[in-house]
Amino acid sequence: MENLYAGLEMLARWDVVLALFVGSIGGVIIGAIPGVGPAVAIAILLPATFSLDPIVGLTMLLGIYGSSMYGGAIPAILINTPGTAVNALTSYDGYPMTQNGEGHRALSLAYSASFWGGIFGIGCLILLSPVLALIAPMFGSREIFLAALLGIILVVLAHRGQIFAAGLLAMFGIFLQTVGLDAVTYTQRYTFGYSFLSSGINLIVVVLGLFALSQAFFLLTAPDNVPDAKPVQGKMTSGIKELMKHKRVATVASAFGVVLGMIPGTGEFTAQFMSYTYAQKTSKNPELFGKGSPEGLIASEAANNAVPAAAMIPLLALGIPGEALTAMMLSVFYVHNVIPGPQLFQNHIDLVYGLYFALILLNVIVMIFLLFSTNLLTKIIRVPTRFLGVMILILSFVGVYSLRNSLTDCMISAAFGVLGLILKRLNLPIVPIILGMVLGGIIEVKLRSAMPRLKTPFDMIDRPISFILFTIIILVLALHLRTLVKEYRAHQGPEDHDLHDSQTR
Amino acid sequence: MSRVKTLQSLFKRYRRPGDIVFAWLILIFSIFMLSQIGDQTAYKNGGKLFAQPRFWPAVSLGLMTVFSAFHLLGSALSERIEGRWREVLSWLAAFEYAGWFIAYAYLVPYGGYLPTTVLFAVALSLRAGYRSARMLIAAVLSSIVIVVLFKAVLKVNLPSGLIYETLPNGLRQFMLTYF
Repeated sequence: MENLYAGLEMLARWDVVLALFVGSIGGVIIGAIPGVGPAVAIAILLPATFSLDPIVGLTMLLGIYGSSMYGGAIPAILINTPGTAVNALTSYDGYPMTQNGEGHRALSLAYSASFWGGIFGIGCLILLSPVLALIAPMFGSREIFLAALLGIILVVLAHRGQIFAAGLLAMFGIFLQTVGLDAVTYTQRYTFGYSFLSSGINLIVVVLGLFALSQAFFLLTAPDNVPDAKPVQGKMTSGIKELMKHKRVATVASAFGVVLGMIPGTGEFTAQFMSYTYAQKTSKNPELFGKGSPEGLIASEAANNAVPAAAMIPLLALGIPGEALTAMMLSVFYVHNVIPGPQLFQNHIDLVYGLYFALILLNVIVMIFLLFSTNLLTKIIRVPTRFLGVMILILSFVGVYSLRNSLTDCMISAAFGVLGLILKRLNLPIVPIILGMVLGGIIEVKLRSAMPRLKTPFDMIDRPISFILFTIIILVLALHLRTLVKEYRAHQGPEDHDLHDSQTR
Repeated sequence: MSRVKTLQSLFKRYRRPGDIVFAWLILIFSIFMLSQIGDQTAYKNGGKLFAQPRFWPAVSLGLMTVFSAFHLLGSALSERIEGRWREVLSWLAAFEYAGWFIAYAYLVPYGGYLPTTVLFAVALSLRAGYRSARMLIAAVLSSIVIVVLFKAVLKVNLPSGLIYETLPNGLRQFMLTYF
């Protein structure tokens, strides 16, 4: 209980409150502008937060992470252009509603569903944390190794239809992380005699290149475009009443969000598709899905907003990020020497509670902000895309250069920017590279530290948690093979689908 | 089964033009890197396999080569979509902006953060095709806001420009600290 108070006390500071407001309202705006998403914003702000207190920096980044999806629903519904990647499914039912003259209804429903999902996710996080505090100390080196390995396997398998591409990019990430001086044996790895490679390839330089610079290049090389959303009329609170008629869908979708958000490597897309499928299967009007079904909209928005809180669970409890944004936040912890993992729950539980409260507050702030300022936002998002590209380029410079004032970093980052642009244009995933880099580092360190205690390979899985994790890995691989065989037997023709055309936001 | 089907179809993506070029490039890159493993990593005699400095580069590059080969195979077997080289040209176009970015980063320590940023914003806006006074003023104002926010307010670690040294005494100190 006193930890709860300590957590609340952490937030009762003017700089934390300011960070919370800047993060949540900034996040909504960033989410609402098609062309910049939370990944771009967090990558740019990351180095700037290093000089702030951990709680201040984390609240701001968490604010952007948790609120961008609220904002992203606005252009998804009004102009059929998702503001962030995870709002793609929202446009499926939201835009047809706008075409039927129900834009206001769709927006207010999306906000209410998002709020429901967000609060549900935090509720689960708070309820689960005593359990986590019990289980987390049972995670030793080999358990964390296996969990990180599972994360890599899942991030590859989650990219259905692109497994080879996702696999090669994840491996590329693991490789990047090995470049430089090996910390244990002091031998050079892939430095080719260049001194700038000895210290390794910095994660933030890569992140800024792959997410921010690539986006700037993408916008600058594409034709100029001005998103034009029409204002809507009516009270925004009406969605809450309508949501109450679909509590079941909203809750199940949020639950999918929580479960898949916790599992490293899966995240919003999988959660959305599963809850969307569920909503359609159990709906009284399944034929409306894709043509303006309120249930489809709710399923999509509730699922994606439940993810951020849940994604904090593996990050805080094990130090294993499940997707790109939490991977970026991990570096904030490292810079301040707060190492997430089992010890965090024992030594810094107040920080954990502080983050929970910040998450609740941010959902409330965003909801209130949106109830009054949706039409203002429709004006703000009219930034021409190429101009946005110019601004992202200028802001990325702050991010890369402030790390250590190195021109070499800028060049490396620019190279990754071009790589990111190619991946975006080819509709190939970027996230596996980042997760490969972060999880690859964890895998290497943890396997090494587990080694001395392993006499035979079976010692790896002779503890309960490690055995469970190992079984899950085997199960996941087996299930994947089974689906492949089924698919082959069914002789299913190739179904072209552009739904994942979402890397570009 | 039908549920599995719906899920699969939702997750599928199709190949864009130019995919095969990327597949070739990445395969060549991984084979080249793998071929350098003897020179670029060490193998300590007597140490355990998993603790070798060569172990993870070998695993990652090995698998990367395998995955790239399959990706290339998939690309080669897929129906060809027109516009491959047009797509590659659009990748090359990105190098121009990468050049702009590096030039900007190169000039900041000499020209000072504020003047370089304002000039860069205006120049790049012109390059992007904006001619109206409204857009150019917007570029100037936004770049000033960015500089004030990051350098003066957040005190982010950025070099102060050599050009400020030529300013008169009082102003010089002010510019060096805040812009």
